[in-house]
Amino acid sequence: MTTPAQTSPRAIELIGINKRFGPVHANKDINLSVGQGSIHGIIGENGAGKSTLMSIIYGFYQADSGEMRIKGQPITVKDSQAAISAGIGMVHQHFMLVENFTVLENIILGAEGGAVLAGAIGKARNDLKHLEEEYQLDVDPDAIIEDLPVGLQQRVEILKALYRGADILILDEPTGVLTPAEADHLFRILEQLKAQGKTIILITHKLREIMAITDTVSVMRRGEMVATVTTAQTSLAELAELMVGRSVLLNVEKTPATPGDVLLEVEDLTVRDERGVMMVDNVSLNVRAGEIVGIAGVAGNGQSELLEAISGIFPALSGRVLLKGVPIHVTGGADPALLREKGMAHVPEDRHHMGLVLPFEQNENAILGYQVRKPYVNGPFLDLAAMREDANEKIKKYDIRPPNCRLKTANFSGGNQQKIVLAREMEQDPDVLIIGQPTRGVDIGAIEFIHKRIIEMRDAGKAILLVSVELDEIRSLADRVLVMFAGRVVGECAPDTPEGEIGMLMAGIERSEAAE
Amino acid sequence: MKNDLPRWVDMGLIPLLNVTAAFLVSGLVVLFIGENPIQAVQEMVFGALGYGEGFGFTLYYTTNFIFTGLAVAVAFHAGLFNIGGEGQAYIAGLGVALVCLSLGETFPWWLTFPVAIIGAGLFGAAWALIPAWLQATRGSHIVITTIMFNFIAASLMVYLLVNVLKVPGSMEPATARFADGGTLPFLRDIIPAFGYSPANISIFWALGCCVFVYILIWRTRLGYEMRTFGFSQSAAVYAGISPTKIIVVTMLISGALAGMMALNEVMGQAQKLQDNFVAGYGFVGIAVALMGRSHPVGIVLAALLFGILYQGGAELAFAMPAISRDMIVVIQGLVILFAGALEHMFRPSLIKLFTRSEPVLAPAE
Repeated sequence: MTTPAQTSPRAIELIGINKRFGPVHANKDINLSVGQGSIHGIIGENGAGKSTLMSIIYGFYQADSGEMRIKGQPITVKDSQAAISAGIGMVHQHFMLVENFTVLENIILGAEGGAVLAGAIGKARNDLKHLEEEYQLDVDPDAIIEDLPVGLQQRVEILKALYRGADILILDEPTGVLTPAEADHLFRILEQLKAQGKTIILITHKLREIMAITDTVSVMRRGEMVATVTTAQTSLAELAELMVGRSVLLNVEKTPATPGDVLLEVEDLTVRDERGVMMVDNVSLNVRAGEIVGIAGVAGNGQSELLEAISGIFPALSGRVLLKGVPIHVTGGADPALLREKGMAHVPEDRHHMGLVLPFEQNENAILGYQVRKPYVNGPFLDLAAMREDANEKIKKYDIRPPNCRLKTANFSGGNQQKIVLAREMEQDPDVLIIGQPTRGVDIGAIEFIHKRIIEMRDAGKAILLVSVELDEIRSLADRVLVMFAGRVVGECAPDTPEGEIGMLMAGIERSEAAE
Repeated sequence: MKNDLPRWVDMGLIPLLNVTAAFLVSGLVVLFIGENPIQAVQEMVFGALGYGEGFGFTLYYTTNFIFTGLAVAVAFHAGLFNIGGEGQAYIAGLGVALVCLSLGETFPWWLTFPVAIIGAGLFGAAWALIPAWLQATRGSHIVITTIMFNFIAASLMVYLLVNVLKVPGSMEPATARFADGGTLPFLRDIIPAFGYSPANISIFWALGCCVFVYILIWRTRLGYEMRTFGFSQSAAVYAGISPTKIIVVTMLISGALAGMMALNEVMGQAQKLQDNFVAGYGFVGIAVALMGRSHPVGIVLAALLFGILYQGGAELAFAMPAISRDMIVVIQGLVILFAGALEHMFRPSLIKLFTRSEPVLAPAE
């Protein structure tokens, strides 16, 4: 491991930054130095303190102690306004755009410069043209944000930061919502920005991206900056080890599947959302006992709606779903309670709003959906003792930390929250398991555990339908991979199909086109 | 969760601070009109707690507030804002009066009482049913519909009292006085020290309802499903909980609890059904539920506080003529303002004070 030579002038330096939240030392004596005109990656597990550090740079939090320097000058950033005037721009994970405004209106938002907009708009239009030419960031300034694909929306965020004169651009998990092609385009833009002398800080948990684009990379673990290395001189395995402090298996070990009877059959399922937009378009698939069928695709291509229709949460327009050969009433909205009774368990994509009730105690969430079953209820009454005993068993078996079934669910980390959901759904011994985004926002240690449990369920003869936006996850877990694009299943392939080929399908490029 | 405060702060300190702030501002008001605030507080506390009859009145008001506070709290737990307690209690008065008029002549009070409870519950629930149904199936917002139903209830009751139920020849829009079997024993019948206060045994039923609500919310499957729905509707749907069922059942229970207030007023105090007997108790129930954190114990304490304010205020207006009846309403309004509308005023600074320990990120494992 080497420390990068500090030859170029420093764009931003952090010296001895400390931030505590009560007993939690979120940032411990952080030193960071990013050279001007370079791309610096910051990686770390969930809860490692990356977001806290960026929030300090951008003025959301004040550090308890420590110093920050921009281009060698000490500076205090007391709010985001101060950060902007110091030349720091931030592109958040969730875009901060007004959906029904035009691109131009969004760009001048907060920088209108007066009560009358006409002047600002004219100036912005001019400036925008220069920015677009300089960085090849083409966006139609008069397009409405909600009509733009996410890749372009992100470009608007970047433009917004540049318009405000950002020299240092912080991007928080920028590729989470992008197709591989869009991500590549983003990287080209970042390269362009770098060539123009901008400094870029990239926060991600995707090691591959770090390797592909950064010049230097810092690794955070438990609030500490454990290493800063030159990207060219490190490896995926080394970074992964630094992140978790031990070697992790990046590949899941599993034996070939031995599929049995078809337990879940979906025929010509069509779902329109509340606005009447076709989200699932004539999808047919089946899942056999003892196999994992993975659905790959960029978020928003109908996977969520497919899961919700199958699990009875949102009614389908037409089509049939058979659970163990018996049709379930998906068009009128099947009753999720009835589906559970018939042996279907569902780990929803959105654990915060659907899978868990965050203000509940852990033991209360451990029965969500099963609140009708013994031993949790006794007639109309809850059996608190049985609930807690059961919750404690699951805490032990799934290594949920902290091991306290009376703790509010909101106070568990993302990985442990996900384990609470998985424990609940898996321990009811279902025949069919529907899993959405099993490891979204989950740290590497927990990912490994969750993947093992999913494989164990498969080996126990369960039929598993898995949806994930992480292609790596689909490829390492699934026995068959279906790719969804624009509501349709556009292809089926083996999990060892090259990533690029699946990526093409995910981006809606047909195999025949790709071959040309 | 950013708003995670220690339980005792959330349940004890914040209400205490709110009340203190309300009293300080009230004190300034009293000072402004040239009276001594210390003396005013003494008059108020003595009037509400210092002697038997005064305390009896306090308990009588408290009874009303417990019922209407519980009604609001039950709906809160399912994320519903029932501000129709006023109308539900009013209509429930009709149910109580019908029972007392028809059974009071022939049966003793202890046989009439359970039937009157059912009457109050059914009529109160029925008045909540239509807004609940509209919310559950049509999405008509329950705040709008319940408040509209308060006006419909008021008009309907005036019509019935003036045209149907009024005693012929009487000028008062009220039913005939109930026979003895249609009235509740006063506390003064057991403890003479309560003087002429209208406190009656419905207060024990009010405490019973507190136990019922506690068990319902935290010990039954229905309560679990109500809380799930209240915190997260999408989680409820995921868990196979029918929103329609929860909205309707919760509002029926809430309406029935609001209706119980009529037992105290109609069967206990007035012994007849009168025009406008609800007199705002239904609305004060919202402040009681907010201040009591929707917990039965908190509601009993908050109801007692409002009972003290009502009774002590009346005595204060009597003892210090400069403080008119209207000033008392101002003081009560200030308490409602601080406990209700400004409920979160002290919260942010307390959160800062107490949750320095609050991890924004999950603690590292």
